[in-house]
Amino acid sequence: MTFLNYLINGLSLGSVYAIIALGYTMVYGIAKMLNFAHGDIIMVGAYIIYYSMTSFGIDPILSIVISMVLCTVLGVVIERVAYRPLRNASSSLAVLITAIGVSYLLQNTALLMFSANTKTFSSVVAIDPIKLFDGQLTISGEAIVTIAVCIVIMVGLTLFVNKTKAGQAMQAVSEDKGAAQLMGINVNGTIALTFAIGSALAAVAGALMCSTYPNLTPYTGTMPGIKAFVAAVFGGIGSIPGAMIGGLLIGIIEILGKAYISSQLADAIVFAVLIIVLLVKPTGILGKNIQEKV
Amino acid sequence: MAMLSIENLEVYYGAIHAIKGISFDVEEGEIIALIGANGAGKTTILHTITGLVPAKHGSIKFGGKELTKTPAHKIVSMGMAHVPEGRRVFAQLTVYENLMLGAYTRKDKAEIAESLETVFKRFPRLQERRNQSAGTLSGGEQQMLAMGRALMSKPSIILMDEPSMGLSPLYVSEIFDIIQEINKSGTTVLLVEQNAKKALSIANRAYVLETGKIVLSGDAKELANNDSVKKAYLGE
Ligand SMILES: Nc1ncnc2c1ncn2[C@@H]1O[C@H](COP(=O)(O)OP(=O)(O)OP(=O)(O)O)[C@@H](O)[C@H]1O
Ligand SMILES: [Mg+2]
Repeated sequence: MTFLNYLINGLSLGSVYAIIALGYTMVYGIAKMLNFAHGDIIMVGAYIIYYSMTSFGIDPILSIVISMVLCTVLGVVIERVAYRPLRNASSSLAVLITAIGVSYLLQNTALLMFSANTKTFSSVVAIDPIKLFDGQLTISGEAIVTIAVCIVIMVGLTLFVNKTKAGQAMQAVSEDKGAAQLMGINVNGTIALTFAIGSALAAVAGALMCSTYPNLTPYTGTMPGIKAFVAAVFGGIGSIPGAMIGGLLIGIIEILGKAYISSQLADAIVFAVLIIVLLVKPTGILGKNIQEKV
Repeated sequence: MAMLSIENLEVYYGAIHAIKGISFDVEEGEIIALIGANGAGKTTILHTITGLVPAKHGSIKFGGKELTKTPAHKIVSMGMAHVPEGRRVFAQLTVYENLMLGAYTRKDKAEIAESLETVFKRFPRLQERRNQSAGTLSGGEQQMLAMGRALMSKPSIILMDEPSMGLSPLYVSEIFDIIQEINKSGTTVLLVEQNAKKALSIANRAYVLETGKIVLSGDAKELANNDSVKKAYLGE
């Protein structure tokens, strides 16, 4: 029973990683850049919800919506101001370093505005836990909602990418920007849309994560951001189902590692598994490896 | 007035002067061939027309509009389609999805369905492979897909960059037949080709390009009989 408990906690944490990893992977797929500031959007989103609920007394759902909207704006502005001017830069290192800079900028701005004191985030979930097997197995409302939201996002995104015109445009841009323009697709607009979606998802991830792990500081987004990045690489960067699988696996490995091996070593185990997977399959579990015909 | 009119076009890649003051016209209904050796600048000209590469000087007028100041993604809806060098189909997407992206800027669903039917009639092979991902098509099939995708925008002019590249002789003949059919059904064609013989045989007029300059131009049949063209491009 305790194993099942751990598994569910792992699935729940993994769902959060998966939602964050989706943002990483979509942005990578389309803009071919690692947006290291992505994790910090989670933190910003969580602070927005925190203040919306505590200072303004707005109800949780509306607070999440507000946070999603503001994070979307933030993500699009970051793309427009910091990344777009570098899109045709000769070195992809320039944009990577810029992304790290944006990450520090967000953290330090949060530090100035909200101070380093830990805020206690109150859960946005108002569902009672489910008790199974005569109370031996308890599934928290947070876990249920997190996993459910993750599934909904996954299905929704898959449908969006495969069935809508904007989703098809995204795939076209991620494959060949020039050819996409010849189809009449606005490449800048499509990339901005991708940042918007990723940032809105980061806000959702922030809400879910802080509901389970309520300590909110300006650095809250850093570690989950890195883990989600690992998850995206693990699943095959650029692949949406890959981000999902990678996120869930990382979450489960982390929780089981903490439970059965060592809580200090859990993170090391996660990275060790990543290294092993990449040695065996360098493109990640579902990494794309199609050769182009010339 | 010419349908497409290029004047004093100059294009640079950094310090490389790729196109050195080129002017030419394409009249409605024509097939115009642009021939020249590797690196002469043929692809660069097509890319500059459809906005993928910026022009340094000069003008490109299409239907009265200045294309050098038009963003690349706004050009297809003006009636100009471009079948790029190397086909550049979207390998991860299916044949059907590629074709629908060709109609990306069009709104009328019934008209799009009509175009799809026309494309499938012209390229029955694409219909058979409708749900196959484009990356798994053969080179010739990818070429057909690239053409079909361009036709899905219902263009008044279509730019084709080496449609016969890498194809077996049988496919080459088929592709050239199709280009003629496309032209007969009312679409103007600007054709870039290595296969100068074939290109000159179907074109009305042609321009010969050498290191970024037009060195010869005129009636396609006459150029095919021109001694220096024969020597340099027809291998005779
Ligand atoms: N992206 C680029 N950066 C720098 N130089 C380029 C670039 N693209 C083309 N060039 C140069 O511009 C010149 C013209 O190239 P272009 O591709 O237009 O030739 P082409 O006539 O299409 O040749 P081919 O028949 O081999 O396709 C060449 O000297 C080429 O090296
Ligand atoms: Mg070329």
